[in-house]
Amino acid sequence: MTAPRTLFDKLWDAHRIATLGEDSDLILIDRILLHERTGGIALKSLEEQGRRVNDPAQVFVTMDHVVDTLPGRTDATIMPTGTQFITATRDAARRAGLTLFDLGDPGQGIVHVISPEQGIILPGLTLVCPDSHTCSQGALGGLAWGIGSSEAEHALATSTLRMQKPRQMRIMVTGILPPGTTAKDLALHILRRIGSSGAHGHMVEYAGPAIAALEIEARLTLCNMATELSAFSAIIAPDDKTAAYLAGRRLAPKGEDRAHALAYWRTLATDTDATFDREEVVDATQVRPMVSWGTSPQQAVPLGEVVPAFDPDQRLSTEDAHQRALAYMGLPPGQRLGDLPIDAAFIGSCTNSRLSDLRRAAAILRGRHVAQGVRAICVPGSTAVKAAAEAEGLDRIFLDAGFEWREAGCSMCFFAGGESFGPEERVVTSTNRNFESRQGPRTRSHLASPETVAASAVTGRITAPADLEAGI
Amino acid sequence: MTPFTSLLSRAVPLIRDNIDTDAIIPSREMKSVAKAGLSDGLFAGWRYTAIGGREPNPDFVLNDPLYQGATILLGGPNFGCGSSREHAVWALAEYGFRAIVAPSFNPIFRGNCIRNGILPIEADPQPLAAVDGPLAVDLTSQTITTPDGVTTRFAMEAEPKRMLLEGLDPIDLTLELRARIRAFRDKDRGMHPWHYLDVTGNSQ
Ligand code: SF4
Repeated sequence: MTAPRTLFDKLWDAHRIATLGEDSDLILIDRILLHERTGGIALKSLEEQGRRVNDPAQVFVTMDHVVDTLPGRTDATIMPTGTQFITATRDAARRAGLTLFDLGDPGQGIVHVISPEQGIILPGLTLVCPDSHTCSQGALGGLAWGIGSSEAEHALATSTLRMQKPRQMRIMVTGILPPGTTAKDLALHILRRIGSSGAHGHMVEYAGPAIAALEIEARLTLCNMATELSAFSAIIAPDDKTAAYLAGRRLAPKGEDRAHALAYWRTLATDTDATFDREEVVDATQVRPMVSWGTSPQQAVPLGEVVPAFDPDQRLSTEDAHQRALAYMGLPPGQRLGDLPIDAAFIGSCTNSRLSDLRRAAAILRGRHVAQGVRAICVPGSTAVKAAAEAEGLDRIFLDAGFEWREAGCSMCFFAGGESFGPEERVVTSTNRNFESRQGPRTRSHLASPETVAASAVTGRITAPADLEAGI
Repeated sequence: MTPFTSLLSRAVPLIRDNIDTDAIIPSREMKSVAKAGLSDGLFAGWRYTAIGGREPNPDFVLNDPLYQGATILLGGPNFGCGSSREHAVWALAEYGFRAIVAPSFNPIFRGNCIRNGILPIEADPQPLAAVDGPLAVDLTSQTITTPDGVTTRFAMEAEPKRMLLEGLDPIDLTLELRARIRAFRDKDRGMHPWHYLDVTGNSQ
């Protein structure tokens, strides 16, 4: 009998080509994703060294980071040198014979949104991308993690990576999320509890009844923020929902392959007696709608609470970091977050821009209007999400409510030198990072679920969806 | 890659929690599809008085004349968190940093350091910040030594140590195993044919 193994152990073993030394293995890489922001440079550098892509069929390239998201976009970008990124990446991808989801392609979109959508990520695969939110894709039961550009070159040239096996951690989420709370709230709840280095360097497996109850798109949201815990990556064992989600996707197995794949996927679970280096238990019933108040995603609280004063008893932050965050955000301790006026609302990003996210936000916006003076923007995560949303009339709801309705891309999730929110503008955002100047020079970002962003846009101050419905 | 053996330099103290890669190199400073030309943008948001400007902020430690030419940086916990952009490491390397001491590093950032000849040392930077004078960092013996002769040992796994010491290109090393990789893929293709695509997206 073999020793009990975790899901991660099984995937690692299945991909280990060779042991390179006492602490490193050569790991087979099945899929490589690139985007124009960091992928183009990897392709260019590979070419400059006279190297070739080992297996072009395993590489997928999309345009998401610096492309404009305004209607009628072209290769021209608001970001001053964006065009260079687009054309260099496109040309290199074509020369190497890679699958390209270019501007105008129905498959284009944010890399972590299109990969599950197209069936690029599958249970049991290894997938890498020079982008830290690649961990999102572990939601499908594959081993997906973010790498740097040099590692991307290595993966492109060899279909492998030289790796040290990370330590492992299980986050067991018991109970069920209360109605009105979402995977985003759970992600912020966990961040608040264990901190932004809380899973440092660990492979995280999310498990438990609350995870089983999450739909695939919600699992993607949860796994998306594993990098905010400084995790190596995150994974959720595939189940019937995973199999159903992948059925008929463009690159997912079909026919006889699907039958074999389903049988294989059923073996992809952590054995009962397998052990982890660390275990955390989180009670889902305690989760409330959350909003961040600071400049690190761990600086988040339930919506009804106030901005906390520094608490020397908690070990997650230093006083200096706490004070710095308060000063940057222009908030005194004790300030009720629920009363805070906002300047802008943003729905989008690889965290929360899928069809289910847009539907939930639209349900709140239907028949309502954005408060005066609030700039509100909705950016679907992919061209396919946008088309599906338009097919069911969601675009009308957003537009009638006073939201901008954009083309797919990362857009104002991050500031690349192009479009941004203004200095000291307070933005409620469905994105994943509230770092200093993340959405523009000196902008103040408050992370929340899409429904909280929608409700806040309507009242013009940070608002829980339930309070809006109750007319508070 | 330039091999890394030892260093002798003052250490620049920038000991803040969670210094993220956006802070190390703001996205707006990544202007071209190139690995070079990034050092001017290093810590731009803190280093200059205005966003996008180049007027040095005299209060920022990198602008302190004492630390000009220093090759060691002291950072806080979770150093290099956030975006995976390798530009952060390219900017640090181009500026001249060869070693970073921090209580912990983001894993992607740490891997990027090793691939670009920067030694990431997991150690408490506080005692080193108090040292007035150059530190000697030696990778072979895995030690940091202060001018008073106080030596601390740091941990480093065998593979990254060899990469750094010999300035090896990992792609060349792996390509030596090409035949094994091909054999492994052929066998794996038999078991999981749907993992292997042709360019139209069909299993091969
Ligand atoms: S949406 Fe934001 S976090 Fe996601 S890949 Fe794009 S820039 Fe990164």
